[in-house]
Amino acid sequence: MQVELQLFATLRKYAPDQPLDKGLVMNVEPPLTVSILLEKAGVPLDKVKIIMVNNRHAGFDQELAAGDRVAAFPPVAGG
Amino acid sequence: MGKILRVNMTELTAKYEDVPEKYALLGGRALTSALVADEVPPDAHPLGENNKIVFAPGLLTGTNAPCSGRLSVGAKSPLTGTIKESNAGGITAQKLASLGIKAVVVEGRPPEDGLHLLVINEDGAELVPAGKFAGMGCYALTRGLWQEYGANSGIISIGPAGEMRMALAGVSTNDREGDPGRYAGRGGLGAVMGAKGLKAVLVRTDKTFDAPVKDPEKFAEAVRKLTKALAEHPVTNQALPAYGTAVLINILNEAGGLPTRNFSSGRFEGAAKVSGEAMAEAVAQRGGKGRTGHACHPGCVIRCSNIIPDAKGEVLCTPVEYESTWALGPNCGIDNLDHIAMLNRLCNDVGLDTIETGVTLGVLMEAGVLAFGDGEAAINLLDREARNGTPLGRILGGGSALAGKLFGLTRVPTVKDQGMPAYDPRAVKGMGVTYATSTMGADHTIGYSVTANILKVGGFVDPLQAEGQVDLSRNLQVATAAVDASGLCLFTAFALLDIDYALPSVVDMINAQYGTSLTVDDVFNYGKEILKTERAFNAAAGFTAAHDRLPEFMKLEKLPPHQVTFDVPNEELDTVFNF
Repeated sequence: MQVELQLFATLRKYAPDQPLDKGLVMNVEPPLTVSILLEKAGVPLDKVKIIMVNNRHAGFDQELAAGDRVAAFPPVAGG
Repeated sequence: MGKILRVNMTELTAKYEDVPEKYALLGGRALTSALVADEVPPDAHPLGENNKIVFAPGLLTGTNAPCSGRLSVGAKSPLTGTIKESNAGGITAQKLASLGIKAVVVEGRPPEDGLHLLVINEDGAELVPAGKFAGMGCYALTRGLWQEYGANSGIISIGPAGEMRMALAGVSTNDREGDPGRYAGRGGLGAVMGAKGLKAVLVRTDKTFDAPVKDPEKFAEAVRKLTKALAEHPVTNQALPAYGTAVLINILNEAGGLPTRNFSSGRFEGAAKVSGEAMAEAVAQRGGKGRTGHACHPGCVIRCSNIIPDAKGEVLCTPVEYESTWALGPNCGIDNLDHIAMLNRLCNDVGLDTIETGVTLGVLMEAGVLAFGDGEAAINLLDREARNGTPLGRILGGGSALAGKLFGLTRVPTVKDQGMPAYDPRAVKGMGVTYATSTMGADHTIGYSVTANILKVGGFVDPLQAEGQVDLSRNLQVATAAVDASGLCLFTAFALLDIDYALPSVVDMINAQYGTSLTVDDVFNYGKEILKTERAFNAAAGFTAAHDRLPEFMKLEKLPPHQVTFDVPNEELDTVFNF
């Protein structure tokens, strides 16, 4: 099945060719969780602080379905 | 013990006074709010002779405590009618504190029109006529004053907007390179300065870290601890220096809480183009004077500031921060980074609060005065209309609530007539509680619930649920009041919330500097006292629980993509200050 993974801020180094406004489209067989997806993309889990699936906060264990969009961030803040 | 500089604009005098005992342990916001509450009648007209504007460095400012160079500016606000404190970085606060000045209080009103410059140096202070600077933008003014009085002067100034007493006029200070743009932006404090005929305050000294410290050895030990905490925390050691605060654009967009086109959606299709990541890319590609990891004052170890270069590598604007980017970008449907940086520069020059300007532009776009996404028209509105005080420029200068009224709109994102910053309260509900109940109108810094709602700093409270938001906002509002008194940059709070030895190190610093024996518990009581002082002033000025509410449209209109409304009950909002 197809899911989209977008990496932000310092995590962009694990997908250096990814354009700023598009995620990586990945074909992965179910069952699939966020942590499995990140490992397949070569992203060390200990670098990831915030995960959103379809615009909601999620954890590493969240199961993914076809068409899901996953956004991953390192620790970030501002304001 | 320090001294207070009292400047009377009716008499045109500037005199030093001893600091009353009751103010000895107050600094920054604690001191500006105490002085305003004690000396300004709550029914004073904000632009009249009885209002006062107070400038105060924080308790730790002028020492080598990391990130401790904040300047608080306080008065009764012409925008909200409440008490107001807004604080900024830049180099001026450290100079004031190093000269032993705990506060500058400016009162009265000149008998006739005319501008003055307050010059403070190591020998004293005097008012000098400044008519030649009338109408001048903050860039030319700062450059001119550096030439006349010496580079490295600290300059607190207003642009034409402040001179015209526009309700969204801010107060600027400068950085080490001599650029204005470190703004105590919110609440129209620039209009109060303008009403007093005070174009600028110039502080001429090279002293930076010369505030007295009673126990230098203990102080140095505490400084080492806080510096270590800031160096260890990944937010303050990686994300902020690499991407600036606009690293938040993408995360708020992903969370569905990035207010877009006057708060009509929580997602902006052009977010990536105006993100912190895009700014870092532009800085790397254009080179020249552009940079990330820029410090706004000596002793800042976080370095969240940036210099955005134009295509030739010259300085376009510094800094371009998250809230300014959002206000002048996504909230206006503008996805062109160069337009946003130019709009930001114009705000800095004309003397406009970037947030209120962007929120007002969003309302004017909703009204059809200009089109969403039209960066050129927005630039023209600031540079021609606002700068010159045309009728349309004055409409912008009145702020978002006024613009909404003039054009008969209901989607007007304000609380106590102050425009909401860059977090939609329907999708980041903790910020809704803060906006509704803040003593200053809609303000994000005063209780930054984004920490636990979005960033997972200091725990996690689901941003889409009403539960837990009141407690979160209350605790943050109390802690923030204390941080705002310390002179520390609020960004130290990310480490203070997450690293257990960080907050005790701040208390140790204050004890070592002032010879006190405060505890961590005292910090929270100190914060509560500041809030009580501010609430009491507002109550006497006529504010009630009915003013601690979000605009009705946020309870009625569902925000995409989550299709949520703001649903924290009114009776819960009324418990925020139950302490």
